[in-house]
Amino acid sequence: MGRYLARRIAGAVPLLFGITFLSFAVIHLAPGGPVEAKAGLNPKMTAQAREKLATLYGLDKPLVERYRAWLGRAVRLDFGESFADGEKVSVKIGRAVPVTLLVSGLSLVLVLLVGIPLGVYSAVRAGTRADSLVSGIVLFGFSAPTFWIALGLMSFFGVTLQWLPVTGLHSLFHEEMAPLERAVDLAWHLVLPVAVSAFAGLAAVTRFMRGSMLEALSQNYVRAARAKGLSEPRVLYRHALRNALLPVVTLVGLSVPGLLGGSVIFESIFSIPGMGSLFYASVFSRDYPVIMGILVLGAVLTLVGNLLADLAYAAVDPRIRLE
Amino acid sequence: MTLAARFASAAVLLSIFFFPPSLRAETPSRGDAFVTAAIAEPSNLLPLFASDSASAEISRLLFNGLVKYDKDLKLVGDLAAGWDVQAGGTVIVFHLRKNVVWQDGKPFTAADVEFTFRKLTDPNVPTPYGGDFEAVKSLEVLGPHVLRVTYKEPFSPGLASWSMGMLPKHLLEKEDLLKTAFARRPVGTGPYKLGKWKTGESVVLLANDRYHEGRPWIDRYVYRVIPDQATSFLELQTGGLDLAGLTPLQFRRQTDTPFFRDTYRKYSYPSFSYVYLGWNLDHPFFSDVRVREALDLSIDRKEIIAVTLLGAGRTTTGPFLPGTWAYDEAVPEPAFDPARARRLLAEAGWKDSDGDGVLEKDGKPFSFTLISNFGNDQRKQACEIVQRRLADVGIDANVRLVEWGTFLKEFIDKRRFEAVCLAWQLGRDPDVYDIFHSSKRAPGQFNFVGYSNPEVDRLLEEGRRLFGESERAAVYKKAHAILARDRPYTFLYVPDAMPVVHRRFREVEKAAAGIGHNFVRWWVPAGERRYRSLREA
Repeated sequence: MGRYLARRIAGAVPLLFGITFLSFAVIHLAPGGPVEAKAGLNPKMTAQAREKLATLYGLDKPLVERYRAWLGRAVRLDFGESFADGEKVSVKIGRAVPVTLLVSGLSLVLVLLVGIPLGVYSAVRAGTRADSLVSGIVLFGFSAPTFWIALGLMSFFGVTLQWLPVTGLHSLFHEEMAPLERAVDLAWHLVLPVAVSAFAGLAAVTRFMRGSMLEALSQNYVRAARAKGLSEPRVLYRHALRNALLPVVTLVGLSVPGLLGGSVIFESIFSIPGMGSLFYASVFSRDYPVIMGILVLGAVLTLVGNLLADLAYAAVDPRIRLE
Repeated sequence: MTLAARFASAAVLLSIFFFPPSLRAETPSRGDAFVTAAIAEPSNLLPLFASDSASAEISRLLFNGLVKYDKDLKLVGDLAAGWDVQAGGTVIVFHLRKNVVWQDGKPFTAADVEFTFRKLTDPNVPTPYGGDFEAVKSLEVLGPHVLRVTYKEPFSPGLASWSMGMLPKHLLEKEDLLKTAFARRPVGTGPYKLGKWKTGESVVLLANDRYHEGRPWIDRYVYRVIPDQATSFLELQTGGLDLAGLTPLQFRRQTDTPFFRDTYRKYSYPSFSYVYLGWNLDHPFFSDVRVREALDLSIDRKEIIAVTLLGAGRTTTGPFLPGTWAYDEAVPEPAFDPARARRLLAEAGWKDSDGDGVLEKDGKPFSFTLISNFGNDQRKQACEIVQRRLADVGIDANVRLVEWGTFLKEFIDKRRFEAVCLAWQLGRDPDVYDIFHSSKRAPGQFNFVGYSNPEVDRLLEEGRRLFGESERAAVYKKAHAILARDRPYTFLYVPDAMPVVHRRFREVEKAAAGIGHNFVRWWVPAGERRYRSLREA
């Protein structure tokens, strides 16, 4: 087990190098750059000022040299400073992560709270009209574009009914509110984003749950439990559900890295200052250090996530042995 | 209705009862907040680096320059009480106001101006505004409130460049401007000071009690970041924004609701920009002025304005804002005359000899690519209309849209294009030297169409030497007329700016400069306030 872990980690290092180099090369070779993004068509910005900026950003050096400089700092976990405002990349990311985590964490909880019962319900009623209805709804949530659902709900609940706030995570001047009032304000602002994001994620859990529940229900031990004369709820929840939950647990494990990533479109629409918004803004201003920081974080999380999923498989399923 | 609001409305009723109408004439009072939004976070509030519109807008409220444009677009003193132009325009002596203090209480003096100037011309400071200050030979402090700026040669646009926000020497002397913490907690002389900056969310400014023109009435100015424009419009419909710029579609069709009429006032006036087609004059197709005239005649500008702007714009014949002193009203409005366009093209040797509907000359079909930037629907539509109209006279134009950064770097800077559809933001000063002077044709410079006319060169140089408005007007009007004849651009239109402002704000005044010019005098009557006011300091 220990050797397996060491081998996997050793294997991940060159992979990470490869990912960072490719990302670095692609974003630097993409046309347009931070100087153009900043100077635009401003006739007052002299060629000299552009050069000064390019030198300041290190863009006058060849790509490989720039990558080497970046890597030298990155291995010491120093991702440099944003081109946009000189703030440390780690500070920027550190500020955005909790915001995204809050929304996606709550939405994951909601997905599980709704998705598991829905899946069980569908499995129990498999083939009925109720089952088709549930499948239809969750698949609609999965396939309809998030921005469309979001804007529709915002328009209805925010503008037509005026029940819910439309943007952001706080009211203006929320820092002047009493602590309890602030919590209510935050919760109020979270309703729409969490609901929309959960709606989009509902399909996976519901369908997974339905499938594995159906499989469990067809197993001999369920038949045996029924034959023993156990009550139907006891059969469903004590015997079938417990076993059927295993694949869902794995699914949740795999989605953990995604919790930090945030969605660009989703966060922009709700004006939530999380990772998605940060990525969006930094791509548009060609803020290379911030883009790289976010990509590295994503790469590391994916690698770690995969590793954890493999370990979890082994822990759950005795047939798999890691060597 | 909250209890407080009930009391407030009761108070209003009582006041109507007790005070005769003449005494009720509304007197401004302090309070409330003003909320606006933009799609992007301000990147840097230091005036030397504030190049994006968000940063520039906020920076203007935090800092002052020596001069500013008033509502009629006349240059007036801001931190300078006045100035003298001497020695035939090579020397400007500024007399600074004596009652100005920085937001930390230290007095503002000529030493601060000198410090700001040093930074603007420091080769290690990558400011996008250094260009105007390169013409300065020296700056001398003659006294705590007097300083003399000497130019290498007379340079009238230089005067307006002193609207650059001034930096406090005592706080920045030992700092690296690019890394200083000052950028996140700036101290200026402006009507507002920075309250709280929540990255990615909002910037809150607080009224400056020490402002030299008097404290602004509105207590707080909130600048929200809303990256999505559809969301921003929804927020406006909840009444959550006090100012927003509308698109023509929103202005004409989507805001005709009782809520909008009751909540907002709509304004519309020409924006400081124009959209044009730029022809690469080094290209054999476009080097002949007859061809350019034919292109002009084949395009119906009114149609473009009606379709893409739903009528919210006007035609223009030159590179200045219509209605301002540099604009020559005598230049005839462009005609739409495809028949004459065809004759001119024939004169220039373009004939459809193989009958495929596209003109040829020396065996080459008149086929070219019109490029523009991606993401601007109005401009895309304009390009498509142009394309169709040109097809009518036998010219085959392909439209290609390119992402902005790529567009600038690969096509404009390298002058690798046949024709472009673009817009220029218009400065308040009519100086267009950078755009039409023949010395500005190098790669990366802004005369990227490659225009060269010695007479225009001479006029643009003269316009920079003269200081009086009427003398300059004569020069720029001449340049305008020549440009309209030479047609390096096909000037398409000036779109309207269409802001809406919440009705509770008083003293909002539309002028040549738009509506924001007297923001510090805007106020809200006590009964209509929406946000809590600050306690009196």
